[in-house]
Amino acid sequence: MTATSTPVRNTKVMNRFDLTSRLIGKLKNEEAVIGGIGNTNFDLWAAGHRPQNFYMLGSMGLAFPIALGVALAQPKRHVFALEGDGSLLMQLGSLSTIATLAPKNLTMVVMDNGIYQITGAQPTPAAAVSDLVAISIGSGLINSAWAADEEDFERLIDQSLSASGPALIGVRIDDKPGVGTTRRDPVQIRERFMLGLGVRQPL
Amino acid sequence: MAAAEQQTSSQASHEQNWHGIVLQALKRNEIRLVPYVPDRVLTTLIKNLHADPFFTTFPAAREEEAVGIVSGAWMGGMRGAVLMQTSGFATLANVLASLAMPYQIPLILFVSERGTLGEFNYGQSLVCRTMRPVLDSLAMEHHTVTRLDEFEFIVDRSIKQAITTQAPVALILSPLLTGGKVFDK
Repeated sequence: MTATSTPVRNTKVMNRFDLTSRLIGKLKNEEAVIGGIGNTNFDLWAAGHRPQNFYMLGSMGLAFPIALGVALAQPKRHVFALEGDGSLLMQLGSLSTIATLAPKNLTMVVMDNGIYQITGAQPTPAAAVSDLVAISIGSGLINSAWAADEEDFERLIDQSLSASGPALIGVRIDDKPGVGTTRRDPVQIRERFMLGLGVRQPL
Repeated sequence: MAAAEQQTSSQASHEQNWHGIVLQALKRNEIRLVPYVPDRVLTTLIKNLHADPFFTTFPAAREEEAVGIVSGAWMGGMRGAVLMQTSGFATLANVLASLAMPYQIPLILFVSERGTLGEFNYGQSLVCRTMRPVLDSLAMEHHTVTRLDEFEFIVDRSIKQAITTQAPVALILSPLLTGGKVFDK
């Protein structure tokens, strides 16, 4: 189903929008969600806008660092970060930083289709040879795992909410584009996010 | 000794040196989160930040990553600043143009300036020349600090301006202020 060959894994190929919707459906405590650039935040947008969602419109690779900042600033709020595999490849060092700081209120999800879907589905350099969850474990994020299927994904999400350290969940996804399109209004996105986090009061 | 000079020297003895001024200005402005990519010139400042429980300070793998971290923290209500050297700044054009500027995030950068006034590595002097054109092309506020007696004023006012106007600022620490890094081995 994927456009490229990927390392042999017994993990089901799932769908980004479906998984994002499942995650959003579980959130009951105003958890923050950071959506990486491109399809990742398009599907976050399409899954239903929440004031605690932050949508990136550039700065490829920074979903995890931005989420780390939110998690450090608000240790009582759980923070989710959704990132594509190509984006994560740009900022692998951030996994070491997060492992060192080890915030327990951070869950990272890597949407791995092995391709740069949005630019024409070219394979990433990692697609045929690298295992991003193994890289994550090797970076010190010992609570990292591939989700076997949708049920397993939900189980891992639940588990991460009460974990004693940061969690990373790898999901293999198909090559479908995002379902929606984020409105590209960065100031409004940031301001609504800050309202949603209780940092700002409405005018 | 002129009165102004006396005042300067008493202030200097109170806060002593450029890195002490940075640390106090960060504290005064409630800036607690200070990720960095290290530089020789910043060594003492980094050591003192680590020693002070007021600060959460740690190394990031890339300057861009550190910018992402303090941007997220700002949105979550925690103020931050990033420390780096000139060559690290040169990796930031994309994140400044796609995150800090358009989202109006008061990103505060301290850049230890290499590449000038005694540089011994040609690559450093070349990359240094790209820094101000990038800042100017984005119309991003920046100051090059050369004098200790002006430093506290510039740092304190720049931090306050960044926060109140929600606009990034880069403070470039000249070798005239810090002594810089010289060829020794």
